[in-house]
Amino acid sequence: MNALAVEGVWKYYGDYPALRDINLTCEAGSCLALIGRNGAGKTTLLRTIAGFSRPMKGAIKILGGSPRETATRRNVGFIGHGIAVYDELSALENLMLYARLYGLTDARTKALQWLTETGLERVRDGLVREFSRGMRQRLAVARAFLHEPSLLLLDEPFTALDDRAIAVLQRLLREALAQGRTVVMSTHQLREALELATHVTMLNRGQVAFDGPCTPEMVADPGLVYARYGEG
Amino acid sequence: MEFLRQVLVILAKDVRAELRTKEAVNAALAFAVMILVLFSFVFDPDEATTKMFAGGLLWIVFAFAGTLVLNRSFAREIPNDCLDALVAAPIPGSALFLGKALANYLLVAAVELVALPVFGILYYVRWYERFWQVMLVLALGTWGVTVIGTMFSALTVNIRLREVMLPMITYPMLTPALMGAMQLTVDLMNGKSIAGDATVWLKLLVGFDILYTAASIILVDIVLVG
Repeated sequence: MNALAVEGVWKYYGDYPALRDINLTCEAGSCLALIGRNGAGKTTLLRTIAGFSRPMKGAIKILGGSPRETATRRNVGFIGHGIAVYDELSALENLMLYARLYGLTDARTKALQWLTETGLERVRDGLVREFSRGMRQRLAVARAFLHEPSLLLLDEPFTALDDRAIAVLQRLLREALAQGRTVVMSTHQLREALELATHVTMLNRGQVAFDGPCTPEMVADPGLVYARYGEG
Repeated sequence: MEFLRQVLVILAKDVRAELRTKEAVNAALAFAVMILVLFSFVFDPDEATTKMFAGGLLWIVFAFAGTLVLNRSFAREIPNDCLDALVAAPIPGSALFLGKALANYLLVAAVELVALPVFGILYYVRWYERFWQVMLVLALGTWGVTVIGTMFSALTVNIRLREVMLPMITYPMLTPALMGAMQLTVDLMNGKSIAGDATVWLKLLVGFDILYTAASIILVDIVLVG
């Protein structure tokens, strides 16, 4: 069974088709880098896959289920443009909140474990509003990984991360892939993404312009796909 | 039990976040007390006059002050895109809605319970003479305000002028509940108990609360996801 199947998905904003007949599949354990220029539809596609909005046409299956099914949501982790943690709560309180929402049995232990994984254990009781941008991003990463999802949807995950945070995220993603989890990430930072990617999909004006395996040539020259399939 | 646990997690999160900043509660409390003080100068009320308008004034103050709390309910989720994470979490929209509605209920009720004695002192109203009946009307009326306000807070969360839109949409919908609560409060302030014809207003209030709670629970997923 595919971890993710996107079948003929269309999405409109008013009259404008942000996604046009998107077809994609991801096998379990693969890493899909979703690339494209600004406005190509990467974020819209990821948000639709995550179940934040419904496609106008077509269907999305995550591990065989609909994105809005409770069982499916339990298996999905999402990092969007926002960090999705509360400024008024401490790092520990934020992670415990999400651990409880995901029904994890020992919320506190799990939260502490992921604070350690992301190097935030020393500031666990500090309010998020006092955190630096990099620390907030690492907390967002901990939140997305906390419930050990089978499918990770990451929208520009390397943006605004410092070198240390990029290294932490790449390590966590490698470990997740080694455990057979699936990663779909949209990014403009091709070098970091293509180091992890097994597949590359390029969107252009809401359509799939390229979809194929990530080759050594792409890793060596990250601009290759843009040069061949982009608009120049 | 799972559903109840999820409701309580959301409730605890919202109350904790609000108590850390106190921005909505402080604003609502200051507004309520200020309006009561200003109106006490305007009307220069004696006991007889007060009995005529007490219910109306009290519920207008509660409804307006309540909106300040309700405006923050879903707006709190916007700055870091927290609403996305809540929508993505494996909890039903109804648990999210009820958790938020109950948190709002506690916060609005806290403001009301501070404003009520102030009202009693400034307007010479012995509201405590029928304490439990006043509390019943307060509880039912506040739930009506809260459930409608929470639902429309979700509906207007992505609108740029949500602070303006929320009261504009909420107050017309609240009219039946406010009518019932006002009428019952006037009766209670006049020393009448809730009996006879007055029970019609009580039934209206109960019916309003049940109807809009059920409708909100059914519709909240559509409001949040589309």
